[in-house]
Amino acid sequence: MSADHPSAAPMVRFENVRKSYGHLTVLDDLNLDIAPNEKVAIIGPSGSGKTTVLRMLMTLEEVNDGVIWVEGDPLTHMYRDGKLVRANKRHIRQVRSKIGMVFQHFNLFPHMSAVKNCMEAPITVLGLSRDEAYERSRVLLDMVGLGDKLDHYPGQLSGGQKQRVAIARALAMRPKIMLFDEVTSALDPELVGEVLNVIRELGEAHDLTMLMVTHQMGFAKEFADRVCFFYAGKIAEQGTPDAFFGNPQNERTQQFLSAVLEAD
Amino acid sequence: MTFEWDWAYTQEILPILGKASIITVQATVIGFILAALIGLVFALLRMSTLAPVRLATGAVVEFIRSTPLLIQIFFVYFVLPEFGVTMDAMTAGILALGLHYGSYCSEVYRAGLDNIPKGQWEAATALNLSTLTTFKDIIIPQAIPPVVPALGNYLVALFKETPLLSAIAVLELMQTAKILGSESFQYTEPITLVGLFFLFFSLVSAALVRQVEAWLKTRHGGA
Amino acid sequence: MEQVQSRLVVAIVLSFFLGLMVATFADVRVFLPELLRGAWITIQITAGGIVVAILAALAAAIGKMYGPRPVRWLAITYIEIFRGTSALVQLFWLFFVLPYFGVTLEPFTVGIAALGLNVGAYGAEVIRGAIQSVDRGQWEASRALNMTRMQALRRIILPQALVAMIPPWGNLFIELLKATALVSMISLGDLAFKAQQMNQNTLKTVEIFSLVLLIYLAIALVITSLMRALERKAAKGLSRGRG
Repeated sequence: MSADHPSAAPMVRFENVRKSYGHLTVLDDLNLDIAPNEKVAIIGPSGSGKTTVLRMLMTLEEVNDGVIWVEGDPLTHMYRDGKLVRANKRHIRQVRSKIGMVFQHFNLFPHMSAVKNCMEAPITVLGLSRDEAYERSRVLLDMVGLGDKLDHYPGQLSGGQKQRVAIARALAMRPKIMLFDEVTSALDPELVGEVLNVIRELGEAHDLTMLMVTHQMGFAKEFADRVCFFYAGKIAEQGTPDAFFGNPQNERTQQFLSAVLEAD
Repeated sequence: MTFEWDWAYTQEILPILGKASIITVQATVIGFILAALIGLVFALLRMSTLAPVRLATGAVVEFIRSTPLLIQIFFVYFVLPEFGVTMDAMTAGILALGLHYGSYCSEVYRAGLDNIPKGQWEAATALNLSTLTTFKDIIIPQAIPPVVPALGNYLVALFKETPLLSAIAVLELMQTAKILGSESFQYTEPITLVGLFFLFFSLVSAALVRQVEAWLKTRHGGA
Repeated sequence: MEQVQSRLVVAIVLSFFLGLMVATFADVRVFLPELLRGAWITIQITAGGIVVAILAALAAAIGKMYGPRPVRWLAITYIEIFRGTSALVQLFWLFFVLPYFGVTLEPFTVGIAALGLNVGAYGAEVIRGAIQSVDRGQWEASRALNMTRMQALRRIILPQALVAMIPPWGNLFIELLKATALVSMISLGDLAFKAQQMNQNTLKTVEIFSLVLLIYLAIALVITSLMRALERKAAKGLSRGRG
């Protein structure tokens, strides 16, 4: 894959990306290409920088060094007089519109009903009419199995239902890339399945590139096209689920997998 | 009308305002000592085992907090003499300040007292300490230090309200500035100087309060 | 609970004394109408001041938190000056000094502006604290939905910050009401002014000042109960759930 031709450009490219907080380096010279429609599972021990990858792509965190590209366009930077400079707000907003994110703690708007949560950004950001936004949100909530909960407030929903609203809310912006940040970690075990099912259907039915940070090894194995294992700010190992889980090469990977699978 | 700051006039009135500021500081210091004491009495009365005492004190505090200090100053100065209690303007003003801010301070003390863990009371009871000893040696020494910054904020607030004493012709800063202004028809300099005086001391005291706060935090180890 | 009971006791005592006064003092008929006229001015200045205070506080808080550097400095200067000096000094400054700059305002306007700006400076810090108390995830979710900061603030953050803001604003409104008494010192005919005037005319010192205190208390109780109702309503809107 080469970035020279837009048609052949990866959907997402991390190029020499570095991120640190003070002395603590969270990500060290990250290079990662993700193809259109690819499903990538990001796993690793806590503190390995895996969540930071998603947060930088969503522009919730700035990169210290390096460039993130989306469909061949720079996200963190922009061209001025033929040179790459730090992106301004307008540029970020424009490129960011291709990306949606679902959070570990849902982050639903507590003062809005489920359907209002989904309608808010399409109206204020995309300029849709209320009717259009409502129709779009209704269809999406129906798709995640909450067609009968449109007017429920977040406080009236279970964790799994909240997370499904959050997925519908992100989809209402018609992103090309969806980021899932430990979306089942805050859920009771019996509610994990309903959320994973929605993500599974999404992967089959939609033309979406997906990045997920997850602790669900079974789901990663079954769903992902590629698994990336992060350790100490670097990708320690990556590969197809079969290769990764079946025949891990890296010692760290082996340790991590045996610890995680033992716990299961 | 064009505006120009008159430096000669400024030099002329500065010593006069300086003298008046002593009255302002006196009213602040005595008024606050009074407030701190009255507040403590109110706070302790609100912990009384007698419900009527508790409720009555609460009502008095609420009443004082809900009505203007200016009217309270008038009340102490004009109404109390009708009942045979006569005092000069300065004393009346300080008493009103003390009462008004005492009711605010009582809430601060109350918060401090409420934060004492129940175990402290129980331990005092288990050691058979008298109520007085419990308060004096166990509860108050623990309850006061954490609320010192909050009390400090009310000291600053009281300081800023001393210009109200000008309403009963106490010759503090504001009254002096007004007299100066009316004599020379130049209000800009005296009133601006008074404003700067208050601004300076408020900022300094606010910084001091923050220092005390930080010091308390390290002393108590954030516990 | 005890707080509410105290307030109830205050209300009962208040109505008792008001009734007693009207029944006992024949002179009430002489000065009551004047006092009520003054009270009406007091209410108008309080209402006007509240509007000014809210607008100034919002502008200053948002300016201080999100404005470009000059705006931020302007907001900080405003907040520090109005919190650092006395309300009376501010009132006198606007009344006596502003004319030298060629700006002469009606005493009524000066009263509303000075008191509103004074309380607004304190309100700015209240708003800032309430905005900062909203969960960071709400900002992140808004950003992930590509909202601008102002859209997120207006639609997502402020509605949630509102509940935390109402009780401190209630206290500020009471402070504003109390501070309106200062306008009597720029000869505006509010309740405090009428009290002094009637006191000089009738020499019914005890009756007049007691009655005036009770009228202020009554207005304060109305403000407090209105704010309670607002708080309950706002809390209900939010209690349907934490997201």
